[in-house]
Amino acid sequence: MEAELSDAVAAPTRPDPIETADTAFFWAAATRGELVGLACADCGDLAHPPRPMCPRCLSTRRHEVKLSGHGRLLTWILPRHPAPLGFAEPPIVALVDLDEGIRLVTNLVGVAPDAIEPRMRVAVEFTPTAGGKAVPVFRPVR
Amino acid sequence: MAREGRETAIAGIGQTEFSKRSGRSELQLAAEAVKAACDDAGVPPAEIDGLVTFSLDPSDEIGLIRCLGIRDLAFTTRIPGGGAASVATIAQARAAVASGAADVVVCWRAMNERSEYRFGRPQAGGMFAPGNGTSSLLWCMPFGAQTPGSWAALGARVYMDAFGVTNHDLGRLSVIERAYAAKNPAAWFFEKPIALEDHQASRWVVEPVLRLLDCCQESDGGVALLVTTLERARRLRQPPARLLAATQSIPFDVEVISNYYHDDLTVMPEAMGTARRLWEESGLSPRHIQAAMLYDAFTPQVLMQLEAFGFCGRGEAKDFIAAGEIELGGRLPVNTHGGLLGEAYIHGMNSIAEGVRQVRGQSANQARGVEHVLVSCAMAGAILGRV
Repeated sequence: MEAELSDAVAAPTRPDPIETADTAFFWAAATRGELVGLACADCGDLAHPPRPMCPRCLSTRRHEVKLSGHGRLLTWILPRHPAPLGFAEPPIVALVDLDEGIRLVTNLVGVAPDAIEPRMRVAVEFTPTAGGKAVPVFRPVR
Repeated sequence: MAREGRETAIAGIGQTEFSKRSGRSELQLAAEAVKAACDDAGVPPAEIDGLVTFSLDPSDEIGLIRCLGIRDLAFTTRIPGGGAASVATIAQARAAVASGAADVVVCWRAMNERSEYRFGRPQAGGMFAPGNGTSSLLWCMPFGAQTPGSWAALGARVYMDAFGVTNHDLGRLSVIERAYAAKNPAAWFFEKPIALEDHQASRWVVEPVLRLLDCCQESDGGVALLVTTLERARRLRQPPARLLAATQSIPFDVEVISNYYHDDLTVMPEAMGTARRLWEESGLSPRHIQAAMLYDAFTPQVLMQLEAFGFCGRGEAKDFIAAGEIELGGRLPVNTHGGLLGEAYIHGMNSIAEGVRQVRGQSANQARGVEHVLVSCAMAGAILGRV
């Protein structure tokens, strides 16, 4: 917990996301405090990672959808060595299955590793990066 | 069902020394390895008319033509995905020779990965260059997953937790590979076996999945493989390693390293796709294979490939290993050169060379009665046969 408080008070050191033409929408939304996905404007298929064409109907018409921010923990690890750049302590790197059926790589926050339970319910929040952006991370919820 | 076209074989293998600092350029390593493969086969380098490599290889075809005096290339290809493409080079070389597009195709990899790049370090820039099949790593980086070990471990943990596989189980594989390397003069860890206690005492790289001794090396070196028609191979210097089957498989929503987006992370869909095509093309099944070289950047991958190819049931690879089945005298010696962990990390190409040695009867850890050898990098595979 102390590491998180100091994250909020001191300048964030987390690396900025790498933005590309097809992914900038996601990071822009995160910086606004929103979790979004990219669905097909024609058939509604929601896929992650986002892509410029729908693999189901081959449409290039895309539709940004606001996601609930709720999901379930699938698994997690602690990268120990070498230490990740931009993190004072090893972050809990996790895979989260969102209720909408897509899977994100993210961090678990607000829980110590020895308190993590399989398939915990989690909810999104946003944390700042070194360059003034933000990324979605997940906190266990009851 | 066999594919159409001329029968093919790997007729020559060549390599440089494997080190932590080659002291020379990657183009020189490549040229040396290719020349060595040509010498091994007894084919003058000028006759090469096809060159195949895979992404992140910094030495290139034009440079090799200049070094080797190649007259005129009719076929070149580069395959995305880094090491996941190693055996794909054989599949593509085979297709070129079988079709008649080329007659002598050399597959190569040469890199000063230890002295120049160090893939084990947190990655930025180069690895994300477009066209390598690695662009979705950007979803990992801001969350502190910045190394191949962390990317591999995140997916592997789902498999391990589903079947009760522990890091201790992985340690048994690491010990076996190092025992093979200890008897292989070309291996970096020649004469340096380890015990399980050494594995368990090695530092955590990604907790609780990978310790240091679960990870492949970082190496400088080059390896080359010469593919030609079976007919010509029979007339050359070495016993041919006939290509009974060779294929790639990259299923929907599967990718090289941050491979998290298919439904069931307890299986490798790409390895299963490769397996299906190899068995179908060759008409063989697991019981026909006497040795296997399975890509081992990280130990869990070997367990998942053993299951994907059907050498044991789902979740049973840890027991297969614990029962001694991948050791000499076991059901299926695996990575008899010591693997990418024990010999060197030439992105799987050195494992294909070992597969050829097993067919020839020339391995430092020779399995008995070898008729067929499987080489797999999950996204591609080949079955080599004795002639």
